[in-house]
Order: sequence, then C-alpha cells, then structure tokens
Amino acid sequence: MARAFTPKVITSNLLIEGDAVWFTAKDTWSGDIAEAEFLTDEAHADLRLLEANAQKNVMVGAYLADAKLGENGPEATHFREEFRTRGPSNYAHGKQVEQV
Amino acid sequence: MYKYNDFDEKFVRERVAQFRGQVERRIDGSLTEDEFKPLRLMNGLYLQLHAYMLRVAVPYGTLNSKQMDMLAHLAETYDKGYGHFTTRQNIQYNWPELRDVPDMLSDLADVEMHAIQTSGNTIRNVTADHFAGAAADEVADPRPVAELLRQWSTDHPEFQFLPRKFKLAVTGAAADRAVIKAHDIGIRILERDGVRGYEVLVGGGLGRTPMIGKVLHDFLPEADLLPFIEATVSVWNRLGRRDNKYKARIKITVHEHGIDEIRRLVDERFAEIRPTFNGVDQDILRTIEAQFAAPEFKSANTDGFEAARLANPAFRSWTDTNLTAHRADGYAIVSISIKKHGDTPGDATADQMRVMADLARKYGHDELRISHEQNVILPHVHKSNLMDIYQILRVAGLATANIGLVSDIIACPGMDYCALATARSIPIAQQIATRFDELKLEHDIGELKIKISGCINACGHHHVGHIGILGLDRAGVENYQITLGGDHTETAAVGERAGPGFSADDIVPAIERLVVGYMDLRDNDDETFIQTYRRLGAAPFKDILYPKEKADAA
Repeated sequence: MARAFTPKVITSNLLIEGDAVWFTAKDTWSGDIAEAEFLTDEAHADLRLLEANAQKNVMVGAYLADAKLGENGPEATHFREEFRTRGPSNYAHGKQVEQV
Repeated sequence: MYKYNDFDEKFVRERVAQFRGQVERRIDGSLTEDEFKPLRLMNGLYLQLHAYMLRVAVPYGTLNSKQMDMLAHLAETYDKGYGHFTTRQNIQYNWPELRDVPDMLSDLADVEMHAIQTSGNTIRNVTADHFAGAAADEVADPRPVAELLRQWSTDHPEFQFLPRKFKLAVTGAAADRAVIKAHDIGIRILERDGVRGYEVLVGGGLGRTPMIGKVLHDFLPEADLLPFIEATVSVWNRLGRRDNKYKARIKITVHEHGIDEIRRLVDERFAEIRPTFNGVDQDILRTIEAQFAAPEFKSANTDGFEAARLANPAFRSWTDTNLTAHRADGYAIVSISIKKHGDTPGDATADQMRVMADLARKYGHDELRISHEQNVILPHVHKSNLMDIYQILRVAGLATANIGLVSDIIACPGMDYCALATARSIPIAQQIATRFDELKLEHDIGELKIKISGCINACGHHHVGHIGILGLDRAGVENYQITLGGDHTETAAVGERAGPGFSADDIVPAIERLVVGYMDLRDNDDETFIQTYRRLGAAPFKDILYPKEKADAA
C-alpha cells in the first residue's frame, strides 16, 4: 500500500551563497521557511518541484521536505530540516543571526 | 618541508585557472550543476547544509608558519573567522561563497597549498604520523614517502575514477599515531638487520563495515614501494564493486576475495608493471628526503624549564599532558590542544592560527603539524622556550592541558554542517568536555579516547575510540549508540556496540556514568580505560550503562 502523502515544502541551497532557501508560491526563493508554499497535494508538489528545479542558475538541488503548518506558516518537522532553518548549534552563524 | 618545483607550481596554478573558468561558467549558466558538481568536488568544494565547504589539503599534516598564516587569512577574508581541522589532517572552511573559491585557491597556491583530491573517488590526502621527524621512537621520517605518494597519486590518470575514495597513511614508528590499520592502505617503515623496508597493510577502514587492515606484505624492499602500491590500487580498481557504493571500498574487495587471492593478484600485477619503474621514483624520493632534513637543533640549558615546572602547577600539568619525547636532547614535541572545554573540537580562529604560526616561527624551526586527533603540533621545541610558549598559548585560549584525556575528543562536523550526517556530534562533544571539566576528574581519569561520529561513515573514528559514540536518526529523533573497546593504535581494534542507544539528553549522563564507573573498576590509578576493558570485558561496563535493564532482569 502506498504511503499517505504528508505535507511538504520545497527547499534547496542558493547557487552563489549556499544558503538554505525555500520555494514560495510566487516562484521566488525565501530564506524563511514560513514564507514557503505549503504543499498538501502530491501531484501539485511534484509539479512545483519541477518548476523549482527549472531555476537552475539560482539554486542547487531542490527537494521536497516534510513540513507542518504552524502559527506563522510552514515549519520543519524533521530535526535536519529544522537545523537548516537556523544554522549550526556551535556558533550563532547562519540564519539564526538574522532571527535574533 | 617539501618545496614545490616548477612543475608543481605550474600544475597548481593551471588548476586554479581551470577552476576559475568552471565557476564562471557555472554562474553564467553555461554549465549545469550536474556538469559542475564533479568539477567542484575535484577541487574540494562541497555543498553542505547551510553553505559551501572547502576542504584544503595539508599533506601529511605538515605546514610552515607562512602556510598557517594563509589559512588564517582565508578564514578571515572568505569565511567567518575560523577553520576546522579534520581527522584527515585537512582544514575545512564552512562558509565560503562560490564566487570566492577561485580566489581562495589562488591564495593557497601562493603558499604551495591546494584542495586537489580532497574529495571524489580518487586517492585522497596522504596522512602520516603527526610527530613525524621528531618522535623519539621513530625508525624513519614517514613524510618523504608520503610526499612521494602524493606526487605519484596527484592526477594519476589510472586513479581518478576509482570505485570509491582511497586513503593512504604512513608511519615511521612502531607506535601507530597515523591509524594505519584503519586505512585502505597503511604503510609502516621498518628496519630489519639495518635494512629499511615497508610493512604494507590493506583493507582497513571504518564506516558502515569497519575492518582492521591485513598484512599484504610484511617487508617490502624500499625500491618496490611505488610499483607495489600502484599494483594494489590497480587490482582494486579492476575488482572493486562499482554496483554498490557501500561495497566499493577495498576492505570489501579484500574481504570478498580473501587476502591470499588479493596478494596473488597484486604480485601478478606488480610483476607486469615493476619493469616500467626505472628508478626515477627512487631518485625523486632521495630529492624529497633531502628537503625533509632535520633542522639544526640547538644546545641550551633546561634548568629553567625544570624550575618552572616545580614552581607552577598549571604549567606542570600542561607539560605532563601536552608534551611528547623528542629525539633530540633538550627538545620536546608540543601538542597544542584545539579542544578547550566547551569549544568545538578542531576549530581554530584566525587569530589562534596566527599565534601558532608565530610560535612556530619564533620557537619551532618554522614547522607545524595537524594531527588526526584535530590538534596542532609544534614538533621541534627546545625546553628552555616552553614557559614562553605556554604563556602565549594561555592568552590565546590554546593552553588546555588535556591531550589524550577525556575532553580531547575527536568529533566530526555532524549534522551541524554535514549533508550526510544523521545526528549532531559537536554539541555532544562540547557537553562531555564541559561536564568533565566541571567534575574536575579529567586528570584522575587518565588516558581515554572518546570519538564521536554523526553518521555511519565514521569520520569521527568512533569505531576505534575507547568509547565511541555514533549519532543516528531514530524515527526523526537524534539517538546515540555507544561502542566500547575500540583502539586506533598498533593494537587496533573495532569497538563493540554496548546496547541500545541514548537520546541527546541521556548520552552525556551515560558517558559520565561509564567513565566514573570505570574508575571504580580499575585495578589501580595507572590502569587505563582500555586496559580495564580488556581485563574485564564488556559486561561490567554494560551493567553501568544500563542499570535499569539489569535491575529488571534480576
């Protein structure tokens, strides 16, 4: 039996800077997962991933990541994706600098 | 120190220019990521969780002050002010931008450094004993052999697309400080009846299937080294499993075919290619050896050092843990701990790198080494200079007296940076070091190697830690397995899994329980953790780790 589709966001890294980014409903890339398009339909998610991957000169390696809907928008459900939304735990580097 | 010749200089400069063009074409869209990725990996450039990572080779861990200064410059100019020294004696920068990498490589070329073959399925940075050329127990300096292997393997046309990456390590001493038994090929320089030769081990490695290397040749004549190593890699290049990356390493090939069959095939290939090695390799080796001539050691009084030791307990403690016997009278090898309690193992700031470079220049015959244990070594220091060095290190936050102790932890970058990792390793290492610093037990515990990996690839060498910690993803939660009894030295052993893993919150208390429990189990204060483990076996340690299970079973 096929596994039920769980909600997703599309994420990748910027080509020049390498920063983790998320694909928005406006076909742009945001550094804030809360601005990502929240994808609840599998077919639509696959289509959006194709569209995201078309922006090859902007970012590298787009993929679908599990997400849930929080108060402010999509949130990561797995700790790996959560780390990508803030940066490493040993220094206040990465996105957490802006979040503070 | 090896000094680039015209060929080396031209080769590295051309490679930088090539890569600059490739980056430009990737940015303007002429190259796709699929086309670009293998090119960037050939130049040590990865894309990790939050940013790019550039891995720079420090061949056999040896560098001079100018090179260390350049590493500091890179950290400050293109990164966030620090670099991370790795178990492969490399340095990694975690935050470069793609457009800056050609400039970084160009700056490195200015000091005869590069990032070539620090990634990809090729022969990687050749590593060696970090006390090479200085250790009192050394038969011969392993670095000329390592340099010969580096020159031979760099851009070797037959070995650019191997089944998987390939790692070589060389030691010139009976005590193995280069982990040669956990490398694809480990080489130990031997002397028998006044004649030099090599013991060649093959098929060691950690990762998903940890194995201890087997003896392929017990005493290889000096002149046969390069053709024999070439024959070995060539046999594996033909037989190695390309159908499954997890089975592609030479350890699996040796396991599947048996060491006797591998030896037969290597001997066969060796017989074919030996005549093509006409002695030039030996001429090159002699030239290289001349460049690694020992510095002129001075003769000076060491009374001041002894007096300072008696007068200053903190200095005495540092000298007890961070010094190693040198082969020259009056000299010591200084291990600078890059493991200050609570800091990230292996990370040094640009300022700290400059301090270490200055120390090498002023007191250390301009030599530095990176150890596979993620520390920095001043290999040649006269004891009369040790107090000055210690005071400078203290100011720089580099005088932690913990080499070989519980907080001298090897930790891979883990999921804080690495795209392959399944859990974090850095915060666990930081917490363990901090906890034992608070307990003030570290020096009472004595020699103990804790090694942490954030995934099964084992970059943190957890399999060969006396206590190994492996971070895994268990149903979306970080979980940490403990292995016991590993050993990375000449008596190498792969640790055994102790039992179920621990959560991120429970792993540090579990390690504390284990180490404090060992102190109750040991025969006397001098019996190390690994000795106690070997005497008693795993059972009492498991009882300490899992007290509830024991009570439930009763």
